[in-house]
Amino acid sequence: MHPVLKLIAQRLALGILLLLAASLLIFAGTQILPGDVAQSILGQSATPEALANLRAELGLNEPAMSRYFSWLAGAVQGDLGTALTNGQEISKSLGGRLKNTLFLAFWAAVVAVPLAIFLGLLAVRYRERWPDKLISAVTLASISVPEFLIGYVLMYVIGVKLGWAPTVATVYDSMSFLEKLNAITLPVAVLTMVVLAHMMRMTRAAILNVMQSAYIETAELKGLSSFQVIARHAFPNAIAPVVNVVMLNLAYLVVGVVVVEVVFVYPGMGQYLVDHVSKRDVPVVQACGLIFAAVYIGLNMVADIVSILANPRLRHPK
Amino acid sequence: MTDALLKVKNLKIGARIYPPGEKPKDIDIVHGVSFELEKGKVLGLIGESGAGKSTIGLAAMAYGRGGVELTGGEVWVNGREILHTSRADLRHLRGLEVTYVSQSAAASFNPAKKIMEQVIEASVHAGKFSKKDAEARARDLFDKLGLPDPDNIGDRYPHQVSGGQLQRCMTALALCPEPDLVVFDEPTTALDVTTQIDVLMAIKAAIRDTGVGALYITHDLAVVAQVSDEIMVLRMGDMVEHGTTDQIINNPREDYTRDLVSVRSKQHEGQAPTDNPILRVENVTARYKGTNFDVLHDVVMELHPGQTLAVVGESGSGKSTTARVITGLLPPRDGKITFDGRELSADLNGRTREDLRELQMIYQMADVAMNPRQTVGTIIGRPLEFYFGMKGAEKRNRIIELLDEIELGEGFIDRYPAELSGGQKQRVCIARALAAKPKVIICDEVTSALDPLVADDILKLLENLQKIEDVAYLFITHDLATVSAIADSIAVMYQGKVVRYGPKAEVLSPPFDDYTDLLLSSVPEMRLGWLEEVIANRKMESAGN
Amino acid sequence: MMRIPPAAMIGLFFTGLYFFVAIFAPWIAPYSMTEAVGDVWEPASAKHWLGTDNIGRDLLTRMIYGGRTTIFIATAATILSFTLGSILGLTAAVIGGWVDQAMSRFVDLIMSIPTLIFALVVLSVMPVTLPILILVMGLLDSTRVYRLARAVAVDINVMDFVEAAKLRGEGNRWVIFREILPNALSPLVAEMGLRFIFAVLFVSTLSFLGLGVQPPNADWGGIVKENKDGIVYGIPAALVPAIAIATLSISVNLVADWVLNRTTSLKGGRG
Repeated sequence: MHPVLKLIAQRLALGILLLLAASLLIFAGTQILPGDVAQSILGQSATPEALANLRAELGLNEPAMSRYFSWLAGAVQGDLGTALTNGQEISKSLGGRLKNTLFLAFWAAVVAVPLAIFLGLLAVRYRERWPDKLISAVTLASISVPEFLIGYVLMYVIGVKLGWAPTVATVYDSMSFLEKLNAITLPVAVLTMVVLAHMMRMTRAAILNVMQSAYIETAELKGLSSFQVIARHAFPNAIAPVVNVVMLNLAYLVVGVVVVEVVFVYPGMGQYLVDHVSKRDVPVVQACGLIFAAVYIGLNMVADIVSILANPRLRHPK
Repeated sequence: MTDALLKVKNLKIGARIYPPGEKPKDIDIVHGVSFELEKGKVLGLIGESGAGKSTIGLAAMAYGRGGVELTGGEVWVNGREILHTSRADLRHLRGLEVTYVSQSAAASFNPAKKIMEQVIEASVHAGKFSKKDAEARARDLFDKLGLPDPDNIGDRYPHQVSGGQLQRCMTALALCPEPDLVVFDEPTTALDVTTQIDVLMAIKAAIRDTGVGALYITHDLAVVAQVSDEIMVLRMGDMVEHGTTDQIINNPREDYTRDLVSVRSKQHEGQAPTDNPILRVENVTARYKGTNFDVLHDVVMELHPGQTLAVVGESGSGKSTTARVITGLLPPRDGKITFDGRELSADLNGRTREDLRELQMIYQMADVAMNPRQTVGTIIGRPLEFYFGMKGAEKRNRIIELLDEIELGEGFIDRYPAELSGGQKQRVCIARALAAKPKVIICDEVTSALDPLVADDILKLLENLQKIEDVAYLFITHDLATVSAIADSIAVMYQGKVVRYGPKAEVLSPPFDDYTDLLLSSVPEMRLGWLEEVIANRKMESAGN
Repeated sequence: MMRIPPAAMIGLFFTGLYFFVAIFAPWIAPYSMTEAVGDVWEPASAKHWLGTDNIGRDLLTRMIYGGRTTIFIATAATILSFTLGSILGLTAAVIGGWVDQAMSRFVDLIMSIPTLIFALVVLSVMPVTLPILILVMGLLDSTRVYRLARAVAVDINVMDFVEAAKLRGEGNRWVIFREILPNALSPLVAEMGLRFIFAVLFVSTLSFLGLGVQPPNADWGGIVKENKDGIVYGIPAALVPAIAIATLSISVNLVADWVLNRTTSLKGGRG
C-alpha cells in the first residue's frame, strides 16, 4: 500500500478510536457524581420510592458497563434515547437543531475563513508595520474578550441603538432563506469576530514560516518577481498549514456556537444542550456532548489528513 | 580596468539586530571592502565566522539576507552599478548574470517541486532558453557534475537524492542560465569529507568547462586553495590580505594569514601502547531502541593511560554511538566495557559514583553543554561538591585553580555562559570535566564547531592538560587533521565497524584498506595542485583496476 | 533598573487594581451585596455610580463582590491547573517511557473533547458549588499546562547539559529542579497568565450560561446573565461586567506578553 494511504488509514482509525474513548469519557463523566442521576434529578427531598422508580426507569440498576454499551449501540444506529424532561426521542428534537447550528456555523465560516486568510496575508505583507501591529493588537484584545461581550455589544449598538439587524435570532422552518439569513446576521458577525483573530494570527505564522525558508531566498535570487515567488514557491508549501489552521478554527467555532446561541436565543444545539444541563437531563446532555465531540474530533482529523496529503516527502517516498 | 566582471568599491554593510528585551541596535558587519574580479576568474573569500564573507558574496547580487542592509559603497557587475538599479534590472541580474549556490542545498530546494523544474526555472522564466533547450542543458550539466542517471534525476523530488547529489544539483541550478558569475557560499561545508571531494571536483570542472567567474566563500583555506585563482582574507568585516592563491598559501604577508595557513600543521608525537589499558571496548554490538538494525558491529578498541585514542569516521560511522555505549547511555546488545581492570555496568544506572567520576565527557556544542542559568563557578563547582563534598573556600579555591589551568582566570567565576566566546565556553567544559579528576575524558568532536585558530588553541590546551593531569582522551572526530595533531592510536570507523585500528604511525602508513585510503586522500591539503593530484591518482587507480 | 514598556505598565496597573479591589471588597463596597437599594435599572448617578441592577441592587457593589468571586475562582483554578500540569509534565518528560506515554495519551483524549462541552457534561450531574467549579476547571485546564510543560521540558531534556548532569550521576530531583525548571520557568510563567485569562473567561461563560456561581451570589458572568434582558430595551447594565472581564483579561495578557518577550531564548543567558 502507498505509505500515504497507510498513514491516512491509520489516522482514520485513530479518529474512530478517539471518538470511542471520548464517548466512554462522556458517559463516565455523568457517572462520577457522589449520589446518582436519579438523586440529582429529584433533589434531596425525594422519597425513597420515587428514587427507586426513577432508577429502574433509567436502567440505573444495571451495571455501568452494560448501560454504556447499550447506549453506544443505540447511538451508532441513530437512537440517542429519550429525554427525561419530556419523554421525547432525542434524535428527533436534535435533528432540526443540529441543522440550525450547522447553518449558523457554515455562514460564519463562509465569512470568517476568506477574511482571515486575506488579513493574514496582509499582516505578512506589511510585517512589523502598522497593519500588522494593528492586527496583532486586535488579536490580543479579541482572545481576551468573552464571546457574550461581543454578542451584547453588537446587539446593543447595531441591534438596539442603530436598529440595523434583529436582536433575537429566531428562525422557523417556514421562514424563507433570506429571512433566515437576515435573522442570523448578528450571531454570524459575533462568531466571525470570535474565530477571526485566532485564524488570522495562525495564518500569519504559517505563511511567515514558509516565507522564511531558504528556498524562498533561492527563488528571490533567481530573479523572480515577488508575485511569482509567492505563487510558485510559497503557495504550494503554505496551503497545508493554512488548511490546518482553518480546520482547527472551525472546530473552535463549533464550540463558540454554544454561547452565541444562548445570547441570541437561537434554536440550535448549543442552546438545547445548555437548557438540558440546567434541567439535569442526562441523556440529552450525553447525546449533545457526543455530537459536539464527534464534530470536533472529525475536523481535527481532517486537518491532520490534509497535512499528510500535502507533505511531498510522504507523497513521493524515496 | 573598466571591463571587470565584478567591481566592489568601499562596500559597507550593516544590520539591525534585535537583542531580547532591548531596543533594536544597528551594527556594522563590513566596513569598506574593495576588490575586482575579471571574467572567468575565481576569487576565494576566506575568513572565520563573523568575517562578513557571505554578506559580501550576496552583495554581488545586491541582496541582503534577513535584516542586512547594504549601507554604502558601490558594486559594479558587467559595467553597471547594481546597488541603485531598477527592480527589473535586478531581476535580470539575479536570474541570468549572477547566480548563487548555498551551503545547504537541502533547505534551498523547494520540497514541493521536482528538481528539473527548479533548475531550469530562472532561464525559462527570463526567456533565455525554451523549456526544451533548458532541460537539455540541465541534463548536460547533471552529466558534467557526475550525477548518477543524469537523464532522469531531474524528475525526482529534492528529498529523494542524497546531500552530496543535491549540492551538485544546486550547482547545476546556478550554472543553467549561463551566468557570468556564480557565488558559491560554503558549498561543501555541510558534507562529509569523502563526499566533499567529489563535489569539489565537480564544481572545479564545471567552472573550468563553462568559463564562468566565481566567488568562492569558505572558512577552509585548504579547500579554497584548490579552486580559486585569487584569495582575499577577511576578518571582522575588514580585508586582511588579497593576493594570488600562490602568494597567499606560500608567501603570506600578514600574521593572521600566516596563522590560517599553518593552522593544521600541529603534530603530536605518538606514544606506544602500554600493557594495561585503562579502557577496553570489547566486541560491542549495539542498536537503538525501536530499530531493527545494529549501528555497531563487534567494535573493539583500547585506550591506554595518559594517552589519546582518536576515533575517526564520517557521519553515520558509529563513532558517537560508541561513546554512548561507553558512557552507559546506550547499553550494548553484546560485548562489554572494562575500565581500569573492572567491568562497567552496561546501564548508566548500574554504575557507581566512582565509575562516573573517573569517566568524564566533553561535548561538541559547548553552548548547549552548559546550563545557561548557571554561572561558570556553579558549573565547575558542582562536580567538586558532588564527588568530593567540597564547600566554601576550599571549593572556590579549587575552581580558581581550574580556571587558571584552562587559562581563563578568577575573573570568569561569576559569568554566565552567554557572556563567553565559543572557545571560552569549550574551556569551561574542559574544566568541568577535569574537576572530577577523571582518568578518561571522552571528547566528542570538541573542536568541530570552532573556528580553526580557536580549535588549534583548544587542542594545544588539551595536550598540555594531558601532561599535567595524566588523563587519557577518547577523541571522537571526523577531521583527520585533528587526529594527527593529538592522537597516539587511531580507530577508523565505517558503517558501524572498526575498519582499521592501531598506533598512529601504523594506521597512517600504507598499505591502506580501501576506505582508509579514500578517507586519507580526501582530506584537503594546504597546497596548490592537491586536488589535481588526487583526481589524477584516482583516475590511474580506476584505470589500473 | 528594568525598563517596563507602557503597555505592560498599563497591564500591571489594572491587574493590580482588580486584585486590590477583590481582596478588600468588603471595605470598599458602598452598599450591601444582596439588598435592593433603588429602583430597577436606575441609570448611573452620584448615589449609584454604575446605576442599579435588574432588581434594584447597587451595580458597583455587585461588581466589586462579583470581581472578588471571579478572581478567586480563576486564581484557585489556575494554581491547581498549573501545579498539577507542570509537575506532571516535567515528570513525564524526564522519566519518559510508558509513564510518559500513558499520561500523554490520556491528556490527548481529554483534549479531544472541547473543554466547555466536557465541563457541561460533568456539571449536568454534579452539584454546582465553588469547590466543584474550581476542581472541574483546574483539572480540565491542567491538560494544557501539561502539554506545554512537557514540550518545553522535552526540548531541554535532550540538551547536552542535562545529559552531562545525568552522566555525573545526579538524581531525577536535581535534573528536574536544578537543570530543567530554571530554563522552563519563563514560558511557564507566561503560560500562567494565559491560563488565568482562560479561567476568568471560562468561569464567566459558565456563570453566564447559568451553570457557574449560583444566586444570590454572583460573579461577573452571573451579573451579565442577570442583566442581559435589559439590553433589548437599551439598558446597558449587562455590558459593565462584560467590560470588566475584558479589561482584566487584556491587562493580564499584556503582562504575560511582556514576561514572554523579556525572557531570552535558552542560549541567551540570564533574562
